[in-house]
Amino acid sequence: METATLNNTSPKSNFKSEEYFINMGPQHPATHGVLRLLLTIDGEIIKKVEPDLGYIHRSIEKMCEKDSYQQIVHLTDRMDYLSSHINNEAVCLAVENALELEVPERVQVIRTILGELTRLSSHMLWWGVMGMDVGALTTYFYGFRDREMINDIFEETCGARLTMNYNIPGGLMHDIHPNFVKRVKEFIAHFKTKLPEYDRLLTGNVIFQKRTKGVGILSKEDAINFGASGPVARASGYSCDVRKYHPYSALDKVNFKEALDTAGDSFARYTVRIREMWESLSIIEQLIDNIPEGEHKVATNAVIKLPKGDFYQKVETARGELGVYIISTGTKNPHRVKFRSPGLSNLSLLNHIAVGGKIGDLVATMATIDIVVPDIDR
Amino acid sequence: MKILSINEWLLSFMPAGAASITEMVLIALIYLTVFAVLGLYLVLLERKVAAWFQLRLGPNRVGYKGMFQTLADALKLVSKELTGTVKADKFLYNLAPYFVIITALMALSVFPFTENLQAFDINIGLFFLIAISSIGVIGILLGGWGSNNKFALIGAMRSGVQTISYELSVGLSLLTMVILTGSLQLSEIIEVQKNGWLIVQGHIPAMIAFMIYMISGTAETNRAPFDMVEAESELGAGYHTEYSGMKFAYFFLAEFINMFIIAAIATTVFFGGWLSPFGITESIPFMGIFWFLAKTFVLVFLMMWFRWTFPRLRVDQLLTLEWKYLLPINLVNLVLMAVIVWLNITIQF
Repeated sequence: METATLNNTSPKSNFKSEEYFINMGPQHPATHGVLRLLLTIDGEIIKKVEPDLGYIHRSIEKMCEKDSYQQIVHLTDRMDYLSSHINNEAVCLAVENALELEVPERVQVIRTILGELTRLSSHMLWWGVMGMDVGALTTYFYGFRDREMINDIFEETCGARLTMNYNIPGGLMHDIHPNFVKRVKEFIAHFKTKLPEYDRLLTGNVIFQKRTKGVGILSKEDAINFGASGPVARASGYSCDVRKYHPYSALDKVNFKEALDTAGDSFARYTVRIREMWESLSIIEQLIDNIPEGEHKVATNAVIKLPKGDFYQKVETARGELGVYIISTGTKNPHRVKFRSPGLSNLSLLNHIAVGGKIGDLVATMATIDIVVPDIDR
Repeated sequence: MKILSINEWLLSFMPAGAASITEMVLIALIYLTVFAVLGLYLVLLERKVAAWFQLRLGPNRVGYKGMFQTLADALKLVSKELTGTVKADKFLYNLAPYFVIITALMALSVFPFTENLQAFDINIGLFFLIAISSIGVIGILLGGWGSNNKFALIGAMRSGVQTISYELSVGLSLLTMVILTGSLQLSEIIEVQKNGWLIVQGHIPAMIAFMIYMISGTAETNRAPFDMVEAESELGAGYHTEYSGMKFAYFFLAEFINMFIIAAIATTVFFGGWLSPFGITESIPFMGIFWFLAKTFVLVFLMMWFRWTFPRLRVDQLLTLEWKYLLPINLVNLVLMAVIVWLNITIQF
């Protein structure tokens, strides 16, 4: 009878499964950087996902308060490094708007072309990593083969392949390389034959579709409530493309369709990005033949002083809506800078959509959210 | 022929007992050496194949076209310090790699590489192969449990679930072919195929059995798209997360030798083993080794092709595939094969 009394006193005596914790990260192949996920798991089923941030926090926003407006641009490269050009552009646009500076049309067109190239290169890397996360290692190399051409174009244009630093308040650091148009056209011709290859390798694969369809479903309401943006929100049917609703640079001169889906699952997020790649290609094609002649920058004061007030500019990076909020007191440094990064709000919904799935689902879902950890932590 | 003559040569100067022990040790040494090298070069082949699929060059620095890269890696693994976790269950943790590698090597002993070149020609050869390859999973379970690591434990549990399920399909698909051969002895199975390879003799059910066998065989070796056990994007390295140096190498080599075994069983049972197509090289001695290895490596390449093309399944999808699709198809196929043999509508040359 002693066992019976023991059973009554011990809470663990009933034979049932227990939940346990797993640390996914900060060093883990699926977290794409130094992100730590605290998983509560019952067997294989995920009960709770708690992202733990701060491993790569560099207080970029605080550093901005000490820097001049030209210097701030360089810091933004290090946030979402895969959209570095677009980040630069966001700050430059905010400063130019505050100064009520009209940049030449040439600058606008070049900025848009480079922005779309950046988006393409980011999506290519995402596609490669997406395949890798669901176990198809080969996609990574296919994505990088095509990304290499874009990186070469960037290198020729501004000397850098990742952190571009090509934008300055008032225009571009220097004019484009004479080969630029030719090489971009070569790239478009090349990539138009390679993008269908992506579909043949991964999109149409039965296992891939089984892994992603109906997994990690995000409803439109939740997408709005969590502040999701970019392809994550558009896959849930929330039309939120900043390029459409608040066109900046030369984006009001081009025709493109906003990639929308209503399924809201991982596969929808995947196809939205693939369609975005086609749209980016079409935007570049529309602009590349008629880059207007002119200056590549307008002269600004060596020391830029913004007028007193609040200034906000948002752009569409490869991950979603990036907002730059500058509070100026009229001095050469901003009083306060806040970046509204798409990664943070997109990550916040991970717990909501991953609970109830398996560990494999979590990894696939996280890949479709496409987080860049330095963008989340800043 | 060859082994017989070694036996006679040994008997000529030592008593029968000592001769048979010497013979066993000799053969064991030859097998160990050959398969250590085989395992290493399968690693190199995988790296080269992966490189071809992935627009890369692969290892090409050490030796001619990287031929010695794999030896350098082996040297590194041998000379590496064996680290482990303090909280591991030492006995099980150290036992696990041996389970895996020994079963892999034992399975190799029954294959007929060519006529009379076979270490053991036991009359339950096929059964022995299936039985011995099931033991390997115990090593994986022990390794995952003994490591005292949650990722390793998840990997090991997945492996248990996966291997036990797919064992059924492997066994049943091979049983389907046994109906046709009427024997479990591997040399007998090849003898039957002198009238045409079994995949031709058994036509439709044999094809189905072959496909099921290749799918479940890939799953048994824990390779992509069934590499739930390792699943590096989910579990880091799965059951061998905590292993280093030579102990890791045992797991690693066993995986490649198991792949060879699965391909070799398929060669023996479906594609006539060492028999040449239409008997074109029947008169040349030891050409059987070439045909056996050629067929096996084509199947090994097929498995590598799977690995570098397909995404990984999820653990529940893996079980759905086995229990809801492969197993029922397999059972129907078994009956179909029995009917075909009963009505005697096999294709024979």
